[in-house]
Amino acid sequence: MFGSIDPLLLLASLMVAATPILLAAIGELVVERSGVLNLGVEGMMITGSIVGFIAAITTGSPWLGFIAAALSGAAISLLFGILTQYLMSNQVATGLALTLFGLGLAALLGQGYLGVKAPAFPDWHIPLLGDIPVIGPIIFQHDPMVYVGLAIVAGVWWFLKKTRAGLVLRAVGENHEAAHALGYHVVRTRLLAIMFGGACAGLGGAYLSIVRVPTYADSLTAGAGWIALAIVVFASWKPGRLLLGAYLFGGVTVLQLNLQAAGVQFPVILLALSLIAVGVAGLISLWRKDRLKSLGSAVSVALVAGGTICIPLLSGKMAPLKVEYLSMSPYIATILVLVIMSASGAPGSLGKIFHASR
Amino acid sequence: MTEPLMKLDGLTKAYPGVVANSDVSFNIAAGEVHALLGENGAGKSTLVKTIYGLVKPDSGTMTLDGVPFSPAEPRAARAAGIAMVFQHFSLFEALDVAENVALGMENPPPMRDLAQRITDVSKTYGLPLDPTRIVGDLSAGERQRVEIIRCLLQDPKVLIMDEPTSVLTPQEVDVLFETLRKLKSEGTAILYISHKLEEIRALCDHATVLRLGHVVGTCIPRETSAREMAELMVGGTLHVPNREAGAVGETLMKIKGLSALSPAEFGTSLKDVTLDIRAGDVIGIGGVAGNGQDELLGVLSGEIRVGPGQISFLGQDIGHLPPDARRTLGICAAPEERMGHAAAPDMSLTENAALTARKRKGLTKNGFIDWGKTRAFAEEVIERFDVRTPGPGNAARSLSGGNLQKFVIGREILQDPQILIVNQPTWGVDASAAAAIRQALLDLAANGAGVIVISQDLDELMEISDLFAALNEGRLSKPRPAQGLTVDEIGLMLGGAHDMEVAHVD
Repeated sequence: MFGSIDPLLLLASLMVAATPILLAAIGELVVERSGVLNLGVEGMMITGSIVGFIAAITTGSPWLGFIAAALSGAAISLLFGILTQYLMSNQVATGLALTLFGLGLAALLGQGYLGVKAPAFPDWHIPLLGDIPVIGPIIFQHDPMVYVGLAIVAGVWWFLKKTRAGLVLRAVGENHEAAHALGYHVVRTRLLAIMFGGACAGLGGAYLSIVRVPTYADSLTAGAGWIALAIVVFASWKPGRLLLGAYLFGGVTVLQLNLQAAGVQFPVILLALSLIAVGVAGLISLWRKDRLKSLGSAVSVALVAGGTICIPLLSGKMAPLKVEYLSMSPYIATILVLVIMSASGAPGSLGKIFHASR
Repeated sequence: MTEPLMKLDGLTKAYPGVVANSDVSFNIAAGEVHALLGENGAGKSTLVKTIYGLVKPDSGTMTLDGVPFSPAEPRAARAAGIAMVFQHFSLFEALDVAENVALGMENPPPMRDLAQRITDVSKTYGLPLDPTRIVGDLSAGERQRVEIIRCLLQDPKVLIMDEPTSVLTPQEVDVLFETLRKLKSEGTAILYISHKLEEIRALCDHATVLRLGHVVGTCIPRETSAREMAELMVGGTLHVPNREAGAVGETLMKIKGLSALSPAEFGTSLKDVTLDIRAGDVIGIGGVAGNGQDELLGVLSGEIRVGPGQISFLGQDIGHLPPDARRTLGICAAPEERMGHAAAPDMSLTENAALTARKRKGLTKNGFIDWGKTRAFAEEVIERFDVRTPGPGNAARSLSGGNLQKFVIGREILQDPQILIVNQPTWGVDASAAAAIRQALLDLAANGAGVIVISQDLDELMEISDLFAALNEGRLSKPRPAQGLTVDEIGLMLGGAHDMEVAHVD
């Protein structure tokens, strides 16, 4: 029944579909590890998508577009940084305001660019690796930004885990009072993290408008920034899990689009999705210390999924499903899997206002 | 005398409305343990923050090793050889020991070498510590070791310790003192801040006494009595609580065979606790932290409910009553943790007063708070218990620990309770305020209330208790008259020797 779906193509488009969210999420992960909750990811993404798009059209160079998108994302996040770090405004409210501001700004800037086609951004065909059968087309024949995104994730992992600056950033996020007492610059560290987060969100937005769509439309990001925020939390603020979450989301998105096109019926899809979820959770539980707990969660998820399949079966309603259910599936699958894996571990000072009282 | 290692000369620092340090000068020699004494707010913290580079003095100079020393930030101070163990630990709970140590060092070696060095130093100084453990899982004593090792790895010339023993058990204090003596013999100068005068007498070579920002005296602790030092700090005669042998009245509260599970994950459950509280009694309950103190306060105050027949008050079974109902009956409590348990940090003192005194002081009418009356009550607490704050409209968070403690205890005492339960009533409170709190507890008992004081300060318990009992792993020993108890007997009781022959109380 999956006959009309080419698995190679499916897996290959998975990486492309995941990249915008991956970029935005890894930036937000750094911001949150420094103790700041920036809910303006959506606004920074959409700003990046239009500024990057305009720059790419004007100069004809997608690369310059991405650079401009990163800069614009960093600039608009700096606004958030100054408001929250120097003027001590509430982070949640300021982040929401940033989202609204970004959406409005993008709509204004994008008026002359609706429906314009972005300059071509050719895929890389990585020599040798790209020629490997099966693996080559899936992993090594994408546009460069896919690899930039992966490099940023690896870089963030290395930075947080291995470098002193990364340790200071984690310390600031964990306990800003103590970090201040030891003489580290809380506000400076956070401003830099916020700007990095803004730049990454800008890149993610520009990837949508320059590569993925590739054109500009109003509300182009369509909630991708919120997904990125959720993935950071469910990934327990760990870059490795974040990569998994983003790819899972991208994968299920692509899968459900293909299934929609193929016209497969609802319970079958849910079965497929739940099998994927349980399979991934089971695999993960193998290398977790608390294996029993993870297996327990996996089993319970399987039960829930099974129940959901059975109810429509029992009630005899096998009518072709509505598109909405399919569109829901990436969100549900991602959240389920990450919840099963998630261990607590929010940075101790997350979202708290720091005031250096001496 | 040799050239001092560190010289402070005329240090002055003023904040809006208050002079924290005024012309403070003294010297510290290498290999000297120098005590810094003073009440809360005397300017000790500002002074050590100046030395550590967190505060810039308005005027005055410091020299270290004969070289002018004016650190712009803690990094510079650390590079010059100053290390500090903070009163409230400056640790990161989610990070492991090695990472915490690395954060306090200027140029930490790679993590693998650092772990090895932590193990080495911890062996050398008798401070066992595993560098890979997460700090959040460590006990208070182990956390302090992390701070100390962080300092030691930098080979400091001057080690500043701000109230290091306030969270330690007696055994941990002994280990700490061993380490400090070893450091001293290696030539490290130690600036030691503490309220516990007996500790200072045991450890320190010199003492400088601060009051309201000024140096008001120096002394050699070994040759000065604790009382003389306390009087220097207070600037007057220290009031020692006096106890009138009040007549013991009827039994107010009976606890019989009480067992309760601890609600906390790592808490200690209470097992078969039996205790009678009579009017006019002060019952001191000692024990090493974590042996059921919080749980005992919880079951008495009503935060932890227990089954029927386990607690009765004047013949009425109260095990099922919540705190509010118990307060209405006249059973008040002041828990150990001031911020967030005894008081809501971000609410004003007036609001905090309303929170527990609402019923007994009649501060509400038809469900509305009578703010005039509440403010008057808060002002009365502030006035009677000498709480230093600009007014009752200030947030509880803005008060120093000792001042807030005075407010919390005062709030309960002025409700005129029949039973008052307090946990660590004078923790982190300076000598004169502690004396005032103890006197207030004794006065309350003299007026016919039953008072239960849970404390880890044995001297305090011996000073004010009529009866002494010890908590050990959730079991309460039989109470014995405090008068005439020897240190050995107390030690045995704390250690859980419940089967020893017990003198009859009545």
